[in-house]
Amino acid sequence: MASLSAEIPTETGPPSSTGVDWVLVVAVLSCIGVIVRALFFTPVDAMQGIAQKIFYIHVPAATVGLYLACGLVAIASLMYLWIKDPRLDRVAESSAEVALVFLSIVLATGPLWGKPIWGTWWTWDARLTSTLFLWFLILAYLVLRGAIDEAEMRARLSAVMGALAMLLVPFIHLTVYLFRTLHPQPVVLKPSKPDMPGEMLATFGLSQVAFILLFIALLRLRYRWAALRDYNAALEAA
Amino acid sequence: MSDVTFKTPGFLADTWRIARKDLLIEFRTRSAFLAAAVFALLSVAIFRFTWDATAVAAIDLAPPVLWVIFTFSGLLGLNRSFGVEQADRALDALLASPMPREAVFAGKALANLVFVVAVQLLTLPAVALFFDLPAGPGWWGVGAVALLAAIGLAAVGTLFAAVASNTRLAEMLLPMLALPFFVPVVIPAAQASALLLNGQPLSDAMGWIKILLAFDIVFVAACTVAFPCTLDE
Repeated sequence: MASLSAEIPTETGPPSSTGVDWVLVVAVLSCIGVIVRALFFTPVDAMQGIAQKIFYIHVPAATVGLYLACGLVAIASLMYLWIKDPRLDRVAESSAEVALVFLSIVLATGPLWGKPIWGTWWTWDARLTSTLFLWFLILAYLVLRGAIDEAEMRARLSAVMGALAMLLVPFIHLTVYLFRTLHPQPVVLKPSKPDMPGEMLATFGLSQVAFILLFIALLRLRYRWAALRDYNAALEAA
Repeated sequence: MSDVTFKTPGFLADTWRIARKDLLIEFRTRSAFLAAAVFALLSVAIFRFTWDATAVAAIDLAPPVLWVIFTFSGLLGLNRSFGVEQADRALDALLASPMPREAVFAGKALANLVFVVAVQLLTLPAVALFFDLPAGPGWWGVGAVALLAAIGLAAVGTLFAAVASNTRLAEMLLPMLALPFFVPVVIPAAQASALLLNGQPLSDAMGWIKILLAFDIVFVAACTVAFPCTLDE
């Protein structure tokens, strides 16, 4: 949070938006680089074949989307209810939108891998189900934001939802986990983590870094847009 | 505010006052209850025709049917909870009154709980009748599970009804906001009632019932605390 608010333009001056967004350029280039490395310079998995390459997109997107982005939405929402700083609301708004992108990547790449490896596009595994419901939650959160015109009320109501969602996610995870263990699926369950050779591990580590960079760049971009929008709204109201 | 000369009533008295007001409105108009009751009975009948009795036993289909109906008919009542306060800005009068906002929430949630339980009391026998389910001691357990679930549904549903009533989409938004929050209620409730209806002892369903209880405690408390934030200062 502290590092984020450092680069945030102050409430008084207009947010600057000109020039090349170098953070975004670096993030996109590193994502491209990691994909090239994953496709051409990392050995093909002996068991899973080419399908395993999705791992380098799916897992970093999941860790960034589930933990970083959704966590930031929850923390920013809770803190907004406490100190009512509009910057926190913009962080929550931006992070939720980026979270939706990353969770959509997770939900799209998962079945692509699941079909050849598990033999099914979808299974009601605890992890899949939790992610799906989290995706619905983030979607509802964004629709809620879009349905309220007044800025202060939008911030307050969406923060209530964000904070309550933080309490909800452990419950969802617990119920779907119990649900799965009480009713084992007939399909192949998620295999345990494969022992990864060093080259694969390095590619994975790099892709994780690239996705975190992409998250920061998108969050920053989206935050700046929100700050500009609020600044314009304030100018028009004045 | 003028000098408060009357005795400040207690929290529970305020809660009851709000709940009584809402229930009285509902009792005199019967609009939401009638809609929910007809919806519930129609759903039971429609489910009967989507179901191949040779493929799925009635006892296996009844719990999901029950919980689908409870969830959606509950939403019908929840929408009205704050809808009635929008007319003539009645909500402003409520907020101007000296009662704590937490009591407004508790009263609204209590009225919604009564509403959901009333729909359940109607739906349970209807499903038992139309699906030809055997009577047995398991029904007491199902009733208890239904009550526990209704508490969670009413608490979360009331909060999101308040949130949704402030938006442009109003009642159209409520299912989208509330249904993800109903997941940890509906899954354990449906699982527990399936076990109980199949004649298994209460101890088998205890794991699910504990989740319901934990959800109720956490979300009744959290929604009561969060509710004042949904109102205009």
